[in-house]
Amino acid sequence: MREPIIKVENLVAKYDDKVILDGVNVEFFPQEVTVILGGSGCGKTTLIKNILRLFEPAEGSVTIFGKETTKMDEDEFNKILEKIGMLFQNGALLNSVSIFDNVSIPLEQHTNLPVEIIEKIIEVKLNLVNLGHAIRLFPSELSGGMKKRAALARAIALDPPLLFCDEPSAGLDPLTSASLDELILKLKKQLKMTIIIVTHELASIHRIADRIIFLDKGRVLFQGTLQEAKVSGITEVTTFFEVGKFE
Amino acid sequence: MEYKNKTLFLEGDVTKFTTTDLLSEFSRIKISEIEFIDLQNVKSIDSAGVAFIDELKFKLKDFSPQFINVSEDINASIETFSAEKMPEPEPAGKANIFVMLGASLYNWLDNFRDAMYLSVDIAYWSFIGIFDRKGQRKGSVIQQSILIGVDALGIIGLLSLVLGLILALQSAAQLRQFGANIFVADLIAISMVREMGPMMTAIIVAGRSGSAIASEIATMKVTEEIDALKMMAINPIRYVVVPKFHAITICMPLLVTMATIIGIVGGLIVGITYLDLSVVSFYTQVINVLTLKDVLIGLSKSVFFAWVIVIIGSFYGFKVTGGAEGVGKATTLSVVASIFAVIILDALFSLVFLI
Repeated sequence: MREPIIKVENLVAKYDDKVILDGVNVEFFPQEVTVILGGSGCGKTTLIKNILRLFEPAEGSVTIFGKETTKMDEDEFNKILEKIGMLFQNGALLNSVSIFDNVSIPLEQHTNLPVEIIEKIIEVKLNLVNLGHAIRLFPSELSGGMKKRAALARAIALDPPLLFCDEPSAGLDPLTSASLDELILKLKKQLKMTIIIVTHELASIHRIADRIIFLDKGRVLFQGTLQEAKVSGITEVTTFFEVGKFE
Repeated sequence: MEYKNKTLFLEGDVTKFTTTDLLSEFSRIKISEIEFIDLQNVKSIDSAGVAFIDELKFKLKDFSPQFINVSEDINASIETFSAEKMPEPEPAGKANIFVMLGASLYNWLDNFRDAMYLSVDIAYWSFIGIFDRKGQRKGSVIQQSILIGVDALGIIGLLSLVLGLILALQSAAQLRQFGANIFVADLIAISMVREMGPMMTAIIVAGRSGSAIASEIATMKVTEEIDALKMMAINPIRYVVVPKFHAITICMPLLVTMATIIGIVGGLIVGITYLDLSVVSFYTQVINVLTLKDVLIGLSKSVFFAWVIVIIGSFYGFKVTGGAEGVGKATTLSVVASIFAVIILDALFSLVFLI
């Protein structure tokens, strides 16, 4: 039996008194692309933010790389974070520094590599996301799609085994979205990454998902493969794939 | 609009362009009894028109009139825009003065606790940051020193000169009557070194750099840049706040020294031009009246003011919620709180060093 790379057990998340996630149990397996789906406000982003402790969960446990992380001290958890990349919905690039400097941050902070090697890695990563020409530009000079690609370059700067992407295709045209998906598949294959994606772009899900997790009103309605989801018989899940949007 | 045989006839366009007229027309009609509202001749209707229909239903609810001759299109619009099918809003809880007072006290204590935690965090990482530059961007202290210190030289210098001139002019008129012209040097020197130099500089820095610190951090928070730093296992306080803390700790005493000297020069100008003092006598008087204690009090105040400005700016920055509006609020609150804190701290210093 495969060991999950992340195991979430009985996770409860609250904003003030409002329960966002209500006893969520999910598992993510190595070298798979897992897509977290669900309607707006169902708790998709909250789930990954709780896994990554950007919000502290109210209850439950999260095990990453075999270690329980919810009670870990900051230093210990930072060691885990060094093995994780995160692509935020809007990129979250530091606006005060160039794209080059943005990608250099994790490399400078967490490695002792010489400057010339760091520069080479940055060039390679930016070329991988087709931004080799924009290396000295600032985030404010980039389009939405370019920002996301630059943010992806930063997220994979340290070749993390685990990559989280929060709505990578949102606001992108179909071509850019498809090329981003291709890149994600390439990363999965070549860097043997485990990738967890929050999205509700059906086309994207069909292209990249190995497994899906379907959330509804803070609970897990379904987890399994795409084919299993389509014949699951769960109305909300099947409707999602039939109608193409969640209402 | 026409009313006959217990029926109200609507016609033409019932839209945002006609609704106001229709309402005033309706108020002029005397309705004793009504059974039907006829919409046969209504050509078009929009959301404002449907709101008018809802209003008619409400005003005529005692008669419960039926809508007749409603075309499919008009009916579809009514179905879409009618407020009648909307869920009832939850009744707002009654405001209780004690609950409100308790909530604001609780909120204040919460904020105070957070501010204390943040202060300890900033102090700890700033101390560590002196020996270990890890977690900071290369050259960030120099960059911040330029923003906080060098860029403020002009405005602080100009205001200090004007302040020195004003102080000297105000006192000169009084001192002259008693032939005590030379004491303008004492007054300017002591007030600039101990009070006005540090406080005026702190107020300007709070307005300039305190607001910049709050808005920068708040913007980083709302655009998830702070979260991105956390995800890269980088402590946002070390990366964002510590360089500012180091820069302001270096720059404030230097700015205060410059402001004090320029303020005294302002007094000297008045002394020479208005009180017939010589440069040498003014200078000698200033040197004689000032003690090392005065200078140290002024400089130590400036460092404490600097720390308060960074901590308050960072606190409001990290505390921000919402988007652009939240950033604006955080910036305003940080400036007001910084200036208030500087003045209170100055008063405390005065009390402590008077005793």
